[in-house]
Parts: sequence; structure tokens; C-alpha cells
Amino acid sequence: MSDPKPIQSETAPIARHPAAEAWEMFRRNHAAMVALIVLSLIILAAIFGPFIYPTDPFDMVWAPFSPPGADGFILGTDYLGRDLLAALIHGARVSIVIGLAAALMSVVIGVTVGALAGFYRGWVEEILMRITEFFQVLPTLLFAMVIVALFGASLPMITLAIGVVSWTAVARITRSEFLRIRELEYVTASRASGAKNSKLMFRIILPNALPPIIVQAALMVGSAILFEAGLSFLGLTDPNVVSWGQVIGSNRQYILDASYTVTIPGLAIFVTVLAISLVGDGLNDALNPKLRQR
Amino acid sequence: MRMIYAVILLLAVLVLNFSMMHLAPGDVADTISQSMGGADQEILDQIRADYGLDQPFLVQLGRYIGNVLRFDLGYSFFYNKPVTELILQRLPATLLLVFVAQILALFIGVILGVISARKPNGIASHFVTMLALFGYSAPVFWTGILLLIAFSLKVQLFPVAGMRDVTIIGGFWVQFVDVARHMVLPVITLGSIFLALYSRLSRATMMEVLGSDYVRTAKAKGLSEREVVYKHALKNSLSPVITLAGLQFSAVISGAVLVEAVFSWPGLGTLAFQSIIARDTPTILGILFFSALVVIVGNLLTDLALRLVDPRMRGKG
Repeated sequence: MSDPKPIQSETAPIARHPAAEAWEMFRRNHAAMVALIVLSLIILAAIFGPFIYPTDPFDMVWAPFSPPGADGFILGTDYLGRDLLAALIHGARVSIVIGLAAALMSVVIGVTVGALAGFYRGWVEEILMRITEFFQVLPTLLFAMVIVALFGASLPMITLAIGVVSWTAVARITRSEFLRIRELEYVTASRASGAKNSKLMFRIILPNALPPIIVQAALMVGSAILFEAGLSFLGLTDPNVVSWGQVIGSNRQYILDASYTVTIPGLAIFVTVLAISLVGDGLNDALNPKLRQR
Repeated sequence: MRMIYAVILLLAVLVLNFSMMHLAPGDVADTISQSMGGADQEILDQIRADYGLDQPFLVQLGRYIGNVLRFDLGYSFFYNKPVTELILQRLPATLLLVFVAQILALFIGVILGVISARKPNGIASHFVTMLALFGYSAPVFWTGILLLIAFSLKVQLFPVAGMRDVTIIGGFWVQFVDVARHMVLPVITLGSIFLALYSRLSRATMMEVLGSDYVRTAKAKGLSEREVVYKHALKNSLSPVITLAGLQFSAVISGAVLVEAVFSWPGLGTLAFQSIIARDTPTILGILFFSALVVIVGNLLTDLALRLVDPRMRGKG
């Protein structure tokens, strides 16, 4: 929130929706805008790619290790002679769907835990924060590996595993926002006017706690994609679905003959996550009022 | 206080471990009967009775915790060895990798942070920014493979895999150099992510400290820029970075699992990977327990380090 402008000023800005104001800020960040465009292209490719480029990523279409550009395969073929471009296009779906679903799940868990802890304080907070610390002690990747190994490597289980291990940051952020906001006067006023606890928490406090949570959620999508890539690189993935990490994992024995089968899918992960984190940075600048004053 | 809390955390890890083993489809009896090539219901029941699997959940849980306290994490039917022995064989390699990567990342990160805080538009500062972008976004196993391609395959500077060369025989220093040569790429791969984190944070805190009143006072006293930075400012900017490093231990271990897989480093991560493929549940859960132990010990060490750096912390805990 910038300093209040004098009302009599002729150039007084018309009060605008906060989202419009944030978008205005976001647009000025060139890196974030470029990243947003790249990200949109990747998402469009994930949605419509398989219709435009219908090659099945599991079909052995050509000789193995045909380099990019040769024989009509734009990105070449892998160790079984499967089309790498088709694998990338289909893999984008898995990465983005799991990234979004796992991030959503960890945000839901994290916001619930953080909101309850920050709102009720006392023993509720004590217990919930101890549980949060417990989850911070478990090495996330190992824990997720164990879940997937014990309960099966299906996409919902992988999403669940990633969501369950990565909500702690959201919980901490939500809690500290709640601790700050619950003391503000408007909350006291709502409480005095008889608002119920559930309404106070989710209708009155939460909306004002959202900006840092949104930024964190954006970053979570990126880290969930990296996480899924790591799991599938290790082979802990649904064998009937192509994913970027799995392409790298299955081709990595052949890096001497065909390093592109590993470098190209890795580049896809890198560019996607980089775009997400730049968009996250842009959101942070646009939504964080403290930074905006500068 | 801290120690008691650490013990409670460990117990919680055990309960979680055991519950997951309990909830997972298939049990030890199934594993044994599979390795025998199948068994009928009567033998299965017999095995379950032998291993106490027919007892109530809480009794089994109590026995499991009791066993772990006696360093008995069960028996690996895949490796035909007690899990504890298996893990203790692999643990040193992981500890070496994790701690060397952490300490180097912390050390170099702070130096980079200080240099770039003094010259916010200098080369070091831009390097920190680029490194941060790369460190956050590049999958660690991909970075590892890229380094492998560049420095082991194209330019044959470093060995491709493993921790030591079995053909090399010699005294301590010969062995030391051998392990060090094998470690270079895994440590760089693992350290780069955390180097990005630490250098960015220490640049930020250092810039804040350099703008504070007492630094201005120190400069006004006539101390040289160097003395101000390294004697006064550095000390005060260290504790946030060390706190962050303490929080990263579980992430470092997660990273180590992937780095070990890339470089065939003979540590816990590789063991975890192999035992997951072999569906060797006792070993998997033992590794989860030990890695939680490493994180907890790492946190305690961080607390100690913080007390050394920041006298205000000494009264607490």
C-alpha cells in the first residue's frame, strides 16, 4: 500500500482493483514477462502438443541414437529408437499436472496447519508446529521414495508423496502471516461484531495473508516439478507414462554415444522451472507492498 | 532440553516408519515365502507367528522400538545381512559427501556473499545472481550428468564413478588423493545448489549489516574498510546463513540420493535406491531412520556453531 495521496489533488488515481495494480507492477518486470510467455508456450504445448504431433512416445519409430535433426526427427531418437520430441511433449503433461496438483495439495495442507496454529495459538500451535518440525527432519526425497516404493508408483501416489513432504514452508509462512494479521484492528472489530472463528480465519484473515502464500505456491510448483523429475529419474514413476526425468534416467547409460538424450530433456525441466521461479519473483515484487514502496 | 527434543523426534520417526511398514501391502512373511518360491497358508501363518506378526499393533511397535534402541533395525533378506551392519558400511561415504559439500558451500557462499555485498554491481555479484537462478531451477541429477559429460568423458580429468579405484594401492595419502579425485564432481554437483542459497542470503545480510549504524561508527573511528568488513560486519552476518544451513540438512540428504545415483557413489542413497528396486522394506526404513538421525545431529551441530558465532544465543536452550 503506497502512502495515501491527498484527496483534493486533481490527478488522484481512481481506486483500482488490487489485482489490476499487481498486474501493472508485474508487467514492468521484463524477466518475469518473458518467463510468463515461455511458460504459457510450454503449457500450450503440453495441452495441444499431442494432437499436433501425434507420434506415440512409446513407439519404436526409427533406429536408436539418431541424432537431432537427422532422418526427420527434430530432436532425434533414444536408445530404443523412440522419438525424443514426442517424449518431451507427452512428458510436459506429466510434469505440469503433477507440479500443479502436488503444489495445490501442499498449499491446502500448509495453509490449514498454518492458519490453525496462527489463529488459535496455545497448545494447538505448539502441537502443529512440532508436527511441522517433524516433517522438516525427514529427508523429503527419501521419504517420498519410501511412500512410492511401499504403496505403488501411480501418478496420484507420486502427487500425494510430493504433497505430503513439501507443505512445511507454506505452513510456516501462513502461521507468521496469521500471527501478524490477527492483531490488526479490523480483525478485532470483526471479532467484536460477532464473526465466528471459521469466518474470521478463512474470510477475514486469510485473504490478507494470501500474497506471500501465492508467491510460495508458485515456487512450490517449480520444486514439485523438480521433485517429480528426481523420482522418475530414479525409476520411481508410473511405467506407462512418459516423464522428463524418466527419459533422462533410462538414457543415462548411453551418454557416451548420445548425450543429447539426456541434455535435451534436462533442458526442458530447467527452462520450465526457471520460468516458474522468474514468474514467482515477479509475483513477489508485484504482491509485496513493502517492496513496492521503494 | 535440545537433546530430549531430538530423542522425541527420533521416536516419532520410528513410529512413522513402523506404521508405514504396517500399512504397506505385503509383509515379511510374504517376502520370505517369495524367496522360497511360494508357500501355503499354514506355513505363512507359522512364519507370522515366528516373527510376532500376529501380535497386536502396539505390541509389535513396542518391540520394534526396543529393537532399534539395541541398534537392531531388522534383517535384510535381500542382502542377507543385518540392516544396521549394511547401513553402517554405507553411512561414512554419505556423511563424507554431505558434510564436505555443506561446509564448502557455506565457506565459499559466505566469501562470495561478502565480495558481492561490497561491490553490488561487480562480477561476483552477477555470478551470485546467475548461480541462484541456476541452482534453484536445474535438476541436480542433470547438473551432475552435464559435469560428468564435460569433465569425465570429454576431458578426462576426473573418474566417472565410484569412490575409489580398486587398482590403486598405497599409503594413506595415496588413498586420500584417490578419494578426493572421485569426490570433486559429486561435491560440486551437490554443493552448487546450496552455494546458490548461501551466497544469496549472505549477500543480502551483509548488505544490510554494512548499512547499519555500528558499521558507520567503526568506519568513523578510522578503521580500514577491510577491518570493518572482516572483523565487525562478517561476524554479525554469519548467524542467518548458519541457521539456513541447519535447515538445509534434510534437503542436502535428498540431493545426495540423486548425486549418488549419478556418480555411483557407494553411500546410503545408492543403497536406498537398490533396496527400493529389490523391495527390501527393512533396509529402506532403516535408511529413513538413519538419515533422520543425520539431520537431527546436523541440527544440533548447527546450534553449537550458532552459539560459537553469536554470544546472544548462548543463554538459550
